[in-house]
Amino acid sequence: MVVSPNQKIEPMQRDRSPLARNLDTAFVWLTGGFASLIAILLITIAIRVGIDASPAMAKFGLGFLFESRWDPVTEVYSAFPQIYGTIVSSFLALLLAVPVGIGVAIFLSEDFIPEKIQRPVVFLVELLAAIPSVVYGLWGIFVLIPVLRDMGKGIHQSLGWLPFFSTSPSGPGMYVAGIILAIMILPIITAISRDALVAVPLELRQAAYGLGATRWETIFKIILPAAFSGVVGGIMLALGRAMGETMAVTMVIGNANKASVSLFDQGSTVSSLLANQFAEASGLQVSSLMYAAIVLFALTLVVNILAQVVVQRVNRI
Amino acid sequence: MVTSSHPQIQPILSSKDANIYYGNFLAVRDVTIDIPKNSITAFIGPSGCGKSTVLRCFNRLNDLIKTFKMRGRMNYHGQDLYSPEIDPVAVRRQIGMVFQKPNPFPKSIYDNIAFGPRLVNYKGDMDELVERSLRGSALWDEVKDKLNESGLALSGGQQQRLCIARAIAMQPDVILMDEPCSALDPISTLKVEDLLQELKEKYTIVIVTHNMQQASRASDYTAFFNVEQTDRGRTGHIVEYDRTEVIFQNPQQQATQSYVSGRFG
Repeated sequence: MVVSPNQKIEPMQRDRSPLARNLDTAFVWLTGGFASLIAILLITIAIRVGIDASPAMAKFGLGFLFESRWDPVTEVYSAFPQIYGTIVSSFLALLLAVPVGIGVAIFLSEDFIPEKIQRPVVFLVELLAAIPSVVYGLWGIFVLIPVLRDMGKGIHQSLGWLPFFSTSPSGPGMYVAGIILAIMILPIITAISRDALVAVPLELRQAAYGLGATRWETIFKIILPAAFSGVVGGIMLALGRAMGETMAVTMVIGNANKASVSLFDQGSTVSSLLANQFAEASGLQVSSLMYAAIVLFALTLVVNILAQVVVQRVNRI
Repeated sequence: MVTSSHPQIQPILSSKDANIYYGNFLAVRDVTIDIPKNSITAFIGPSGCGKSTVLRCFNRLNDLIKTFKMRGRMNYHGQDLYSPEIDPVAVRRQIGMVFQKPNPFPKSIYDNIAFGPRLVNYKGDMDELVERSLRGSALWDEVKDKLNESGLALSGGQQQRLCIARAIAMQPDVILMDEPCSALDPISTLKVEDLLQELKEKYTIVIVTHNMQQASRASDYTAFFNVEQTDRGRTGHIVEYDRTEVIFQNPQQQATQSYVSGRFG
């Protein structure tokens, strides 16, 4: 910039009152304080649960994870059926919800239907997530179980030689929990996958069409892979929800302390165990419940780490 | 208005009295143009004059826009591109496209090139095709040691040449280019222009450009588009189409003269 000698340069600072400056500083401290509060809360919860769980950890060790006794009379506790139930019900839910959820997300992100219809449908799918889980549980008991029981009996009669269908359904059971969970996590998978699909740049779509790709080739070879990390993120969030879901599962799973291969059999999950036992528990039983809680927390942590690894490995290219 | 077509050589693409609509809005009118084989034809003109719209009609990419309508004829080797029997997917395999913004897929360099051939179950040696395509777009020497790295890791100019290689890999007849250099620096632009001269040995190229020097340097034929305000919006049309040296040195129309000499609007 050329400045003529008689031209004065305006100072570029803005005059700010000491009050405004102090408010700025205070705001930074305030937000920083809130952020650390959350971290502190998380750490204190983890430490507290860990301390409370330590008597049970010391007494039962890793055997807690692999044995099936929950006996308040003799004070022997282990949670294999619950851990098994948590994993089976969650993966059953994923098995059902992932294909449907991604399919719905594709349908609602492409221009298969006019936008006027698309918007309300998207809203309705997201509204599924707003139904309280106890309502799902109630619906599960009075509507879903009667329907599924008859269908389940048919499946047991014709496919009973498969271990998964080897017992006759008696009403509540693992399969009801899996189906309820699938419905509950469907909106999470759909909403997040749809956002990821919509965010794929138009240029990529045009590039694929320009090379002579059909609509399906464009969707499956370009758009879905480009949205992969978002889709996996949605699935993992859904899995976390399914593993932690308590009320609806407790209402429909049967709460039996056994790990059965048959999906028609009754079972329980870690969260249903906690919900059923906390009220009358004391002493070592509370400690064992805390131990089970830590196992559940570790399960979700492992799932999330695995998801990160998958996403990073795919995104490297 | 004069729209002259070029009779000397058998045209590969030709359009006759084509009117292009978006809904009820007439975007471009009376497009009559013959594009000769193994030549470079440039579309020039002010923004909004319909150059890109016409370009995208030639490989039916405008079909993706719901409100798009074309009335009139567009021929490719004499067959009607818009006849109901024509599969737009097959058209796009013959008539490739390079876009304004480099748009490599978020895949490796190799997979970017192999994407198109895999769609048609290319039976030949894929490694050889990838190398040939990358050599064809003058990118091979720069990327031969990192074919498994992401196409997005390349510079803008390299990405655009990757997109050209991707188009070449389909062994198309025609390559349509929509302002391929507008996002590139001058050195990359020159590289792409040099490339065009090599490509026209094998392919027919139609290029939309805002860069007048580029049109005069690189093309054999030039079509000048202009736009006029009517009661139903801004409608583009071809003012003049001729050999590039005629358009730039001895244009028949006053509007062309003004535009190419920079005294426009």
